[in-house]
Amino acid sequence: MNIQTQSILEGSQKLINDQATANRLRSTILRMIHSAKSGHPGGSFSCLDILMTIFADLLRFRADDPEWADRDRCILSKGHGVPALYAVQAECGFFPKEWLMTLRHLGSPLQGHPDRFRMACVEAATGSLGQGLSIAQGMALAGKLDKKDYRVFCIVGDGEIQEGQIWEAAMSAPKFKLDNLTVIVDYNHGQIDGRSDEVMSLEPLADKWRAFNWNVLEVDGHDRKELKKVLPQKLAGQPTLIIAHTIKGKGVSFMEGVIDWHGVAPSDAELAKALKELES
Amino acid sequence: MKATRDSFGEELAALGERDPSIVVLDADLSKSTKTDKFAKKFPERFFEMGIAEANMIGTAAGLALSGKIPFAASFGAFITGRYDQIRMSVSYNRANVKLVGTHSGVAIGEDGHSQMGLEDVALLRSLPNFSIYQPADDVETRAVIQYAAAEFGPCYIRLTRQKLPDLFNAATYKFVPGKWATLHEGSDIALIGTGALTSSLMEANKKMGNKFTVINACSLKPVDEKLILHLAENYDLIVTAEDHYSIGGLGSAVAEVMSLAPGKASLHRIGLETFGESGGPEEVFAHFKLDAAGIVERLERLQDGI
Repeated sequence: MNIQTQSILEGSQKLINDQATANRLRSTILRMIHSAKSGHPGGSFSCLDILMTIFADLLRFRADDPEWADRDRCILSKGHGVPALYAVQAECGFFPKEWLMTLRHLGSPLQGHPDRFRMACVEAATGSLGQGLSIAQGMALAGKLDKKDYRVFCIVGDGEIQEGQIWEAAMSAPKFKLDNLTVIVDYNHGQIDGRSDEVMSLEPLADKWRAFNWNVLEVDGHDRKELKKVLPQKLAGQPTLIIAHTIKGKGVSFMEGVIDWHGVAPSDAELAKALKELES
Repeated sequence: MKATRDSFGEELAALGERDPSIVVLDADLSKSTKTDKFAKKFPERFFEMGIAEANMIGTAAGLALSGKIPFAASFGAFITGRYDQIRMSVSYNRANVKLVGTHSGVAIGEDGHSQMGLEDVALLRSLPNFSIYQPADDVETRAVIQYAAAEFGPCYIRLTRQKLPDLFNAATYKFVPGKWATLHEGSDIALIGTGALTSSLMEANKKMGNKFTVINACSLKPVDEKLILHLAENYDLIVTAEDHYSIGGLGSAVAEVMSLAPGKASLHRIGLETFGESGGPEEVFAHFKLDAAGIVERLERLQDGI
C-alpha cells in the first residue's frame, strides 16, 4: 500500500495533458478503485482524456478558490466516472493527492458519486443519471443573466442519454440560446446490462441532437490533440454537443470494450497486470 | 377571501422588484400558478420551461448553485411527482430552490384525482433539509413567500386553488418556522389544521359553541414540537385535519412528536384515505367531510366515542 500511495503522490501541481500523465492517472484511478474494493473503472477510463483536456487546456479555474464566481464549470453528469474527475482535480491542486486513496471509505470527502457538499471543487452532486445537464443549463442561464462570460461543460454518458430528462434539456437549451453550454457525450457503447446499442440504441445520435437545434461535432475521445481542437468550439446563439467516440476501459488491454468492467474493482492480480501495462 | 395561489403571484411580483436575484420558472401553468404576474413584470428573469417539470427542477438547482433565488412552480402533484430530481438536484446539492405547489388537495374539484396534490407533503417531509410551509390565508401566504425568499435553504410551499377566508391581521402577523398560531383557546379537544382546513376547523368549532382550541399549522416542517407536547399533556384529544392523505402529512408529523413523550391525549387524524374524484370543488370538499359540516359530524362521532 505504501508503494502504491507513493506513486500517486508523484507528479506536478499543474496538469500536463500528455500520454505519460494519462497513464499515470489511469494507474491512480485503478489503485483508488482497488483500495475501495468497488467503483467503475470502465467509464472512468473512457472519460479520462476528455476530463484531462478540459481541465488542462480549456477550463478557467482557481484551484485555491474553487467557488470563484467567474470560473468555468464542468459537471460530470455520469457521476459513476468520478474517480477520473478526482484524479484530474487532485493533479490540478484542488485537494491533496493523499485524499485519493480514501475514495469510498467511510468519512472520506471522496464519495462514491460526486458530492458537492463535501467537495467544493465538485460543481454538482450527480449519479442519479440524467440530471446533470439540467443543472448545467441552470448555471449557463445564470451566466447569461449576470452577463458573465464563463462557460459550462457537461459530460454525459451514452447510456445516460436514455433518461427522458436529457431530452427535456435538449429541447430547452437551444430555446434559451445557451452558447455558453457544451455537452460532451462519452460514447463508449457500454452500460451495465450490455452494449448501449442493444440495451436501447441511441442512433442516429448526431441527427437527433441536430434536430433539436444543437451545434453538433464529433471527435475521437482519446485523441487529446483533437480534443484540444474540438472541445473549445462553439457557435453564437446555439448550445454545442460533442460526441466523443470512446472505448470503455481504455488504456488497459484486458479491460477495453469489456462490459463486465463497468462497475467492478480489479483483484490484486488484475491490478498488478494492469499497472504493468500502464507503467511500462 | 383569496386563493393562496393569488397571494403568491402578487407577492412574488412585488418581491421581484426588491431582489434582482429572484428568478421564476414555470412548466406551462403560469396562468394557474399565478407566476404570470412576475413573468409580465420581469420577462428576462422568468423561464417558461414547457411541460417538463424534471428539467425545470434541475435548471432551478443550477440557477441556485450560481447564486440565484429560483421559485419553481407547478401543481403540487406535478412538482413532487419529480421526486428524484428534488431528492438529488435540489436536496442533496443543498440548492436554494423554492418549490411552489399549487392546486393542493381534493378541493380543486372538477379536474379530479390526477391533478390533486395529495401526497406532496409526505414525500418531501422525508428529505433531511427541506422545509415545508402551508399558509392558511392571504396574509400568511405573503409572509411565507417573503420568508422563503430571504432565508437560505430548499423549501416547499403548498398552496390552494380555492379562495380561503382571512384569518390574520397583516399588521401583527409574523411567520416563524416551527411556530404554530393558536387561533382560539378552548379546552378538552385541540384541533390542528393546515391550509384550507384551518378555516374549516374554525367554522366547525364556532358551530359547536367555540368549546375547543384551534391551532393553525403553517410550518409543516419543522413542526411546533413544544406546542404539540404541551397539547398532549393538557388535552384529552388532539385532532389534526388536512386536505392530504392521512399518512405522511400533518397528522403523521404530530404523531411522531407525541411518540417522544407520554401524554394523556389521544390523536385522531383527518385526511384522505382514498383517491380523490371529480365534482364541484365545494361538493368534493364536503363529500370527503373536509368542510365545516363534515368536521362537526366527525367531531360529534368522536365525542360519542370518548
